[in-house]
Amino acid sequence: MKGERKTRLGSLKKGDQALITQVGNAESSIELVERLLEIGILEGSRVEVVHEAPFGKDPIAVRVRGSLVALRRHEANAIEVEIL
Amino acid sequence: MGNEGIENNFQMRNPQPQVALAGNPNCGKTALFNAITGGRAKVGNYPGVTVERKEGHVLTASGLNLSVLDLPGTYSLDARTPDELITRNILLGIQTNEKNPDVLVAVADATNLERSLGLVFELCLIGKPIVLVLNMMDLAKKRGLELDLEILSQQLGVPVIPTVAVRKNGISELLYQVERLLASESAKRTLLEWKKPTTQEIRQRFAEIDRILALCTRQMPRPTVWTDRMDRVVLHSFFGPILLGLIFAAIFQVIFIWATQPMEWIKSAMNQFGRWVGLWMGPGPLQSLITDGMIAGMGSVLVFLPQILFLFTFILLLEDSGYMSRAAFLMDRLMGKVGLNGRAFIPLLSSFACAIPGVMATRTIENRRDRLITILVAPLMTCSARLPVYSLLIAAFIPNKILWRGIRLQGVVMFLLYVFGVISALLVARVLKGTVLKGKKPLLLMELPTYKWPSPKNIFIGLIERSKLFVRRAGTVILSVSIVLWFLSSYPKPPQSQIPRSESAISYSYAGRIGKAMEPWVKPIGFNWKIAVALIPGFAAREVMVGSLATVYAVEGKSEEPSPEALPKTLSAQLSRDWSLATALSLLVWYVLACQCLSTLAVTRRETGSWKWPAFMLTYMTGLAYLGSFLTYHFAVSLGLG
Repeated sequence: MKGERKTRLGSLKKGDQALITQVGNAESSIELVERLLEIGILEGSRVEVVHEAPFGKDPIAVRVRGSLVALRRHEANAIEVEIL
Repeated sequence: MGNEGIENNFQMRNPQPQVALAGNPNCGKTALFNAITGGRAKVGNYPGVTVERKEGHVLTASGLNLSVLDLPGTYSLDARTPDELITRNILLGIQTNEKNPDVLVAVADATNLERSLGLVFELCLIGKPIVLVLNMMDLAKKRGLELDLEILSQQLGVPVIPTVAVRKNGISELLYQVERLLASESAKRTLLEWKKPTTQEIRQRFAEIDRILALCTRQMPRPTVWTDRMDRVVLHSFFGPILLGLIFAAIFQVIFIWATQPMEWIKSAMNQFGRWVGLWMGPGPLQSLITDGMIAGMGSVLVFLPQILFLFTFILLLEDSGYMSRAAFLMDRLMGKVGLNGRAFIPLLSSFACAIPGVMATRTIENRRDRLITILVAPLMTCSARLPVYSLLIAAFIPNKILWRGIRLQGVVMFLLYVFGVISALLVARVLKGTVLKGKKPLLLMELPTYKWPSPKNIFIGLIERSKLFVRRAGTVILSVSIVLWFLSSYPKPPQSQIPRSESAISYSYAGRIGKAMEPWVKPIGFNWKIAVALIPGFAAREVMVGSLATVYAVEGKSEEPSPEALPKTLSAQLSRDWSLATALSLLVWYVLACQCLSTLAVTRRETGSWKWPAFMLTYMTGLAYLGSFLTYHFAVSLGLG
């Protein structure tokens, strides 16, 4: 059951809530990881996909640490989450 | 020595201490800067980069004259963008031509301490005297924030001041703290350092923030209900784009309709002024220089001011309210298809009115490469200055026949010219992205700020700044070039005795000679020397070509001033006799693609900080125009339209 709940932020749908388990993976650049962390996307924070952009549902807007942050799904895929 | 002694001593050593403001984007730093300095700021660029530099002054209660520098908004001091590099270099006192700031004011958004304290922590590590300002404290309290400032100040080891920048609350308290720090020993500390934090250190920094916030807050601010409700419509996958379309349709209406009248006023006022000065001075070369050269040249710049003011009122409103980032969010995917940023949408759309405010509006694009591409393709969007020329040529050469149910061929051609402009802008953007300005697709990582009521004062200050920038810098370049163009088209004068009836003074002038000399080059694209002559003054501003064509073809005859309505009519009759359809089509294509606007080049120079990019713009657009006209002309000739 627990294994099924593990996924990436980029594959979540509007309304999904999750817990960030890891920022950055083998493919992601250090720069991306640094910038994600600086804007407040951190391990242990709760994240919710609040909006999807109209064309192709990309980028997405997520609520994290009290702010609303827009990012593309490609970048969001560097963030491992556990669906709540 | 008492406290006063230290202060005086300090002031003697350093007559104008410098305070630097640093903070995240959207933390209300600009509003705070305006509140401190009263909005009187010197705005410019840091040398060689497209980063805005803003400096103001304030006189403190004790009579100290402080210089205040507004640093670019940033999330960290890691030098990944020019903004971050400049912020860091200034803070470390190693930016060339900049003073080493004596005191640092860290600005944090009180409604979002969890995130905005991140940069504050990094700023504290540098080792400069620092004051923390918690901005937008009223909104945070309204949303339920209960914060013990004393504990926060103790934990961070810096004075903390709550402010509401839009209402000037807390400014005097802030200045008092700044003065106190200036007088203290810590201001003399010189050991400054910055070490790039590892990702692990960034994580630890935020863990530390969480620990401190747990100590000093009893209640964190609730999420805003209003922003959520509005976003449900604004970012809706169906209504969102419709709303965006409506907003921009409205802005267009205003720019085209409301700005027309003031533009006419400025035009006639400048004409009147020129005539008045002319009468007062009496005829002569000096009168001609001042009225035809300088006043007419200044008029050609000032006439854009109403459009710039209207457009920037809207842009500042959208920016200040928080809508601008949403527009970028909605358009990111579509603009991304040609390699542009979502934020490029607004500047490009603005360029339909005029490329000058369009180029100036690119300041909202953070990525330097994206911003340059947007600036470079903006003049390809059909601006309103092309309209008089399009109308003249379409009226002269395109039959006004009805194609289908009230759709006229002339209208279709006009529409196609607009479409042609858009397509070439997008294609050029695509090509630039893959060649000259190659690079990784920039990240989209942007905060969507909570909606706020725009502050009229900040909008007003922003408008004044933009207009000053435009008039001062673009104006000086245009003034000098229009004097040169005036000279070229007025000298040498033809000898009184031998003015041929069919030719005018301009064909005898240097411009005329240049035009004739250019004939072998413009022949392949179907232009005659008269067109080449008219293109020379038309280089200053596109619409001037209508007037100069009239001069070259001497349609004005004997009368000094032909009535404005009659002029295009007689001219278009003359042109349709003199030119082939192939020539007319070639000139239309030339007008879509060529960069014939000094103001645009001057503003590009201003915005990019070097002559390299306006030179590139001029070169590629002229090349493109020549190629386009060449192909059009020869295709038309092969169809038998020559």
